[in-house]
Amino acid sequence: MTAAVFFGCAFIAFGPAFSLFIFTIAKDPLRVIILIAGAFFWLVSLLLSSLVWFIATKATNAQDLTLQKNLLIFGSIFSVILQEVFRFGYYRLLRKANEGLAAISEEDGPPLSVREMAYVAGLGFGIMSGAFSMINTLSDSLGPGTVGMFGDSQYYFITSALMTLALTMLHTFWGVVFFEGCERKRWWVIAVVLCVHLMVFSLSLLNPFYVGSILPVYAIMLLMAVWAFFSSGGSLHNITLLWTCRKSNAETSS
Amino acid sequence: MTGRGPGTIIGFPHKRKLVTSIKLFLFFCLSDVSCNSVAQKIYVELNNTVPCVRLLNATHQIGCQSSISGDTGVIHVLESEADLEWPLSKGPNPPYMVLLESSLFTKSIMMKMKNASSRVAGVVVVPKTSPPEFSPHTTCPNENTGVYTETYDHNLAHCNTTVWNPRGNGLSYEEFDFPVFSLKEDNETEVIKQCYFDHNRVVNGSGLQYPLCAMQLFSHMHAVTDTATCMRRSSMDFSTSPVMVCDPLGGYNVCAFIRPYNSTAFGHKENESVVIAAARLDSKAFFLEDSTGAEGSVSGFVTLLAAAQALCEATQEAPRTRNILFAFFHGEVFDYIGSSRMVYDMKNNMFVIDLDNVHSILEIGQVAVRSGTNLFLHSDPVSRRNNTVHDEVTNLVKNLQSSTAGLNFSFVETDFSQPLPPSSFQRFLRARAIPGIVLADHQTDFNNRYYESFYDNAAHLNLTYPSNLSPEEQLEFVTDTAKSLTEVATAVARTLFKQAGGNNSQVNKINADPKTVTQMLYGFLVRSNNSWFQVLGSSLRCVFCLSEPNPPQYYVGVAKSSHQANALTYLVQYLLANLTGTATNLTQSQCKKPDELPNESTYLYSYLWVQGMVPPNSTQRESFCVRTAVRLVKAVSPAFDLGDYVSKEYSTWTKSQWKFIKARIFLVASRDLEMLTLGVGVAVLFTSLLVTYFVSTKADVLFSSVREPNNAAY
Repeated sequence: MTAAVFFGCAFIAFGPAFSLFIFTIAKDPLRVIILIAGAFFWLVSLLLSSLVWFIATKATNAQDLTLQKNLLIFGSIFSVILQEVFRFGYYRLLRKANEGLAAISEEDGPPLSVREMAYVAGLGFGIMSGAFSMINTLSDSLGPGTVGMFGDSQYYFITSALMTLALTMLHTFWGVVFFEGCERKRWWVIAVVLCVHLMVFSLSLLNPFYVGSILPVYAIMLLMAVWAFFSSGGSLHNITLLWTCRKSNAETSS
Repeated sequence: MTGRGPGTIIGFPHKRKLVTSIKLFLFFCLSDVSCNSVAQKIYVELNNTVPCVRLLNATHQIGCQSSISGDTGVIHVLESEADLEWPLSKGPNPPYMVLLESSLFTKSIMMKMKNASSRVAGVVVVPKTSPPEFSPHTTCPNENTGVYTETYDHNLAHCNTTVWNPRGNGLSYEEFDFPVFSLKEDNETEVIKQCYFDHNRVVNGSGLQYPLCAMQLFSHMHAVTDTATCMRRSSMDFSTSPVMVCDPLGGYNVCAFIRPYNSTAFGHKENESVVIAAARLDSKAFFLEDSTGAEGSVSGFVTLLAAAQALCEATQEAPRTRNILFAFFHGEVFDYIGSSRMVYDMKNNMFVIDLDNVHSILEIGQVAVRSGTNLFLHSDPVSRRNNTVHDEVTNLVKNLQSSTAGLNFSFVETDFSQPLPPSSFQRFLRARAIPGIVLADHQTDFNNRYYESFYDNAAHLNLTYPSNLSPEEQLEFVTDTAKSLTEVATAVARTLFKQAGGNNSQVNKINADPKTVTQMLYGFLVRSNNSWFQVLGSSLRCVFCLSEPNPPQYYVGVAKSSHQANALTYLVQYLLANLTGTATNLTQSQCKKPDELPNESTYLYSYLWVQGMVPPNSTQRESFCVRTAVRLVKAVSPAFDLGDYVSKEYSTWTKSQWKFIKARIFLVASRDLEMLTLGVGVAVLFTSLLVTYFVSTKADVLFSSVREPNNAAY
């Protein structure tokens, strides 16, 4: 659908992730490593779950469409569960690594707090998940045609980009909340994250009824953002502090 | 599919709709090997397309060209000539891809679109019913390479006395800078029309609603300007395998002597006098691959093949004073490639005889569409001013007219001052005044209303078969057209016999076989993959596989450097071999190397391994070896051998090369939506940059409630 749509959708889907990377991750090589390792973990979880789905589809009748659709749903649920399992596995790996890093670093104590690692790991998951969702669609958006010949909505590209953006941010927030829950031994957090992930997945099944899928997903994203904010050390007091600081800075400078 | 009103943006939540769209793209996915789901949702590839390609000669380029990344246009189905206003001036979403039915594919419409080519992205023609007449060829075919030049006879040049093809509009010789494709009437055309009716119809009053149905055509041609330019560019590449930008047109002529000569001895043969019986093989159309040429060429060479069979059956015993050469020239439509090559070879001692050996020429032109019971004998008035030539021609006419005794038609001479119609004989006359006659069904201008067009097909010849016949029964059914062509073939065979000095008493035993003629007509015009062609064909290549189920196409094609003739040449070669040769008992290996046997000689004959029939009780074909005098002679214009690419003497036609040709349809979105997407994207990017910068600089304030020891800032 031409270059305008390509760049527009690319910016929508990857803009926030890109700006997060530029401002918070790029300057610290350790964060970059954790980001990429997180992406890799997500990739492995996708590979394993897609193997299961692939075997299931090849072993069954390819012409039976409802069966194929149900297999897709089953495969996706399995993938969600596997992603959370791998997130937990990555948490354990990072905890172990943290001890090692603390031993060899020049400062006292670990160079990265668990909170930072949580954020970076979540962002890694999110970026890789977004890339896999969106790159294929983006490459097809470069051609002259748009979706719609077979009855699909012509807003396919924009809504895909919006969903990808939401999913990237959601993975980041889930990472923060998840790791915090594991640190505090609050296992119910893991269950809640898993349930929210499954809920987001099932909302995406409502496509192309975009009102019913995108709006709730963005609502969930805002809720998760608030939860992640609070669980990573923010509070309303800090926000008011920020606001008054700005006001006082503005007053003193003027 | 649930419809969508103009106001709603998003459809309704139907699980059925999800399943339907999954069904549709899984259908298209599973029918392919690789399944790229999003592209499958967007594009529908069109597979049965025939493009118009670019041809070049010494001075011009003709045909069509697309841009290198394809031409995209909103589809518009043209309903009448007045409807052209919409794509050319009124329509709000240029450029348009105009879809025409065959009745609207006229010169005036095409020229109007050519003049407004900034608003026309391409043209797609859907051939339906035949219009009453249509000839995209010029009015005076081959006017510059025939014998009638200004120096030969000023009055007869450039069709001053007789315009042979008055219906010709010259469309094939125009140059278009947008692609023109032809679709067959099948499922793909239905998909396009459905897409058009769903999305592109103008509802009264309101404008068009995006998304609109569009088509993209790729047919980028590499060669430009003329033959000299593209040959120069081809040879500029100094690597060991040069990249050719265009290919010369050409093929092979099929030649057979009744009494063969040693094929390695070229030049003049003492005391040999040869009568040449000629016909042309090829034809063309606006879309080259759709050439059928039923009346234009098939009628002529089928008649000559039947005459050859009749003559060979009758003349096994009787020695004759003169030899007969059956010559089937290829590439005649493109400025006489085959015949000019043969004359050139004869003049330069590169053929087994030379022009001194040629006694007379009898050519069979278009003979199938008669307007009465007469066929007409055309001769050249200029050469007949010479008394010797005139006497020979009169003798030939006498032989012809006496050959029709007992047949249902007669030969009538045309007006003395009328020139020859376009024919291979003209190239021989250019070299030497040889007596000759061209047979045709037209007295002045052509009876062929579809000269060199796609509509010159079996229906034009009234080849109708009763509907309850199976294909095998249709093959054997003798149509009226076949009967009339058989009579012509009988007359031609008898004439040739008399010209060659045969005994007059034996003449009435020479009769052409109507069954052979009708089988040939069926094979060349209706279905070439039939049992008779399979029996007579070569087992080495499946000659007709590529163009099934359509009849094979008859344009001359490019002269390949390997020894591979095109399908038509092979068919004619094997047919002529079987009809005039003798079956032998040689085995397959002996057939490949017959020189080892005492009585066989590859100097005189060629040996072909023929597939043969399947006997009733087995599945294995009984193949056999045919000894025949039929040879394939290379037919490439002498201009390419001489390196003279601007030659006015010889044909300089070449065909451009291209990388790929394809067509696809899809929906296009409005510019507004695209810009909206871009705007939202840029806004999201900038907002996220700002917010992230802000949060990251204030992170120590925002995330400070639980301080971890030795905490590095976010």
